[in-house]
Amino acid sequence: MPRVLPSSKPFLVVTLLLGLLLSGCSTGSGDPSIGATDIIVNKGSDTIVNLALAWAEAYKVAEPQVDIAVTGGGSGTGIAALINGTVDVANASRQIKPEERASAEGNGIEPNEFVIARDAIAIVVNPSNPVNELSISQLSDIYSGKIDNWSELGGEDRPIVRLSRESNSGTHVYFLEQVLRKGDKEDKTLFSPDTLLLPSSEGIISEVRENPNAIGYDGLGYVTNEVKVIAVARDASNPHVLPSVQTVNSAEYPISRDLYMYTAGEPTGPILAYLEWIFRPEAQTIVSDLGFVPALP
Amino acid sequence: MMRRLASAEFAVSSLIKATGYSAILFIVLIFIFLLREGAPAVLEIPIRDLLGSRWYPIEGYFGLLPLIGGTVLVTIGATLVAVPLGLSTAIYIAEVAPRWLREVLKPVVEVLAGLPSVMLGFLGIIALAPYIRRALDIPTGLSAFTGAILLGAMAIPTVVSVAEDALDAVPRTYREAAKALGATEWQIIWRVTLPAARSGVLTAIMLGIGRVIGETMAVMMVTGNAPVIPNGLTALFRPTRTMTATIAAEMGEVATGSVHYHALFLIGIVLFMISLIINLTGARFVFRQRTRAERILS
Repeated sequence: MPRVLPSSKPFLVVTLLLGLLLSGCSTGSGDPSIGATDIIVNKGSDTIVNLALAWAEAYKVAEPQVDIAVTGGGSGTGIAALINGTVDVANASRQIKPEERASAEGNGIEPNEFVIARDAIAIVVNPSNPVNELSISQLSDIYSGKIDNWSELGGEDRPIVRLSRESNSGTHVYFLEQVLRKGDKEDKTLFSPDTLLLPSSEGIISEVRENPNAIGYDGLGYVTNEVKVIAVARDASNPHVLPSVQTVNSAEYPISRDLYMYTAGEPTGPILAYLEWIFRPEAQTIVSDLGFVPALP
Repeated sequence: MMRRLASAEFAVSSLIKATGYSAILFIVLIFIFLLREGAPAVLEIPIRDLLGSRWYPIEGYFGLLPLIGGTVLVTIGATLVAVPLGLSTAIYIAEVAPRWLREVLKPVVEVLAGLPSVMLGFLGIIALAPYIRRALDIPTGLSAFTGAILLGAMAIPTVVSVAEDALDAVPRTYREAAKALGATEWQIIWRVTLPAARSGVLTAIMLGIGRVIGETMAVMMVTGNAPVIPNGLTALFRPTRTMTATIAAEMGEVATGSVHYHALFLIGIVLFMISLIINLTGARFVFRQRTRAERILS
């Protein structure tokens, strides 16, 4: 019997439910809003999930009467939940697609966009790999299958094992558009069919750490020092640059993007208060602590 | 008095009948649901595209062949691991092992059957895949072969448990009669006990294959999920993507009612059909073998 399990990714899904016990302490105040618990449901991008969790914890300290339930699953998952009306705030590491916006509007939901932070996508290889730098067009040739061996890139005579996130990941879509297709909308280059599609960021890091043939990409916040980060050049006339807060803000590092939160319509009440808090300095400090780049005001 | 007994019996027997029929009802309802959600895909996607060699739904490529190929490849591999090992273990436990060892082995095997697949998948990523990559000198350990070994290992306890029960149910007198005719222990196992327990042994194999086809989590973690049509034996040592892993990985992202959503349910229908065919073939075999075994042994 086939077991058809929608979203059976327990090792990806990190759920945080804060302070469920705090309800019902409004005795004697007379004002019904004081002490009442508001729950904000927040879901989406695995790139953002750690940041969203850290924000939820800090916000609990600042505003104890608001609970934020954070789940991962991928940008597509978050936006699908927004379209189906099951979340208050969807996290996405890519912009909402026109057809997603259309189907949300079909359900009477107007997605509202906020850029909450910026992220660099790091290219990682095994530390034993002698290759240190690549250009965007070399990366495109690697992932589309035109280059199959590390020796063509000045490395050892080893086959290249291409690692990617699953196609529901915003990072996957961003990488396809900005690296494989070099930002050209007319370009129809696809990932080589033998690209491994791994269901989690951790999966990519652990395979790269272990396998000298592998190349992978991941949000800068996920990169550990057990893998080697590659310096990337925009084109032949630009230098190879390693990703960091400085090189992302100065736009020297070529593979960086905005991270988004989407709400259903104009946010109001506790959701508005939370989003305003996110742009305060104390929340944006958490962004840099986690290896992301703060959103420019 | 009699009337009250009769009415109680009527109530109980109709209750049992209702629960019995409800199983059929649920299967039919599941199938209707799958058809309703999956059939539109056949109208929305041209058949030529469904038979294409590429699965990349976010760009509108809906070729099912790589996924069907991946499932078939991993299932055959896992069956080749699970059936010989599972059956020999069952024969050892039922026919050869001394009483005390048997009482230890049977419960241990049954505990193994209950291991959660996520845990085995985790073991596969951490221990098995790196080892296989080094031992076989292949580009990556996240391959169909790793998936087949892991799924085979997961199916072994099911095969052992059911096959052992079937062997155990063969009457003692069969073995004694064979022994009296001068048969060796091996001849008794191969010519008498196994044929007599054939229907149970086939059920064990079917259940094992069913476990392998339906497995999702572990297979998604260790096979690399690259949708490539397997061609030749070397495909076993390359990454592959099964139908179950595709549904699990992509169901969370799709908007309800989209083409991609219908395509995922179409995969569900294909899976349902495959396991239905396997079960029906199994049932036919069981039926035929039983009559023949009865003819020989009675």
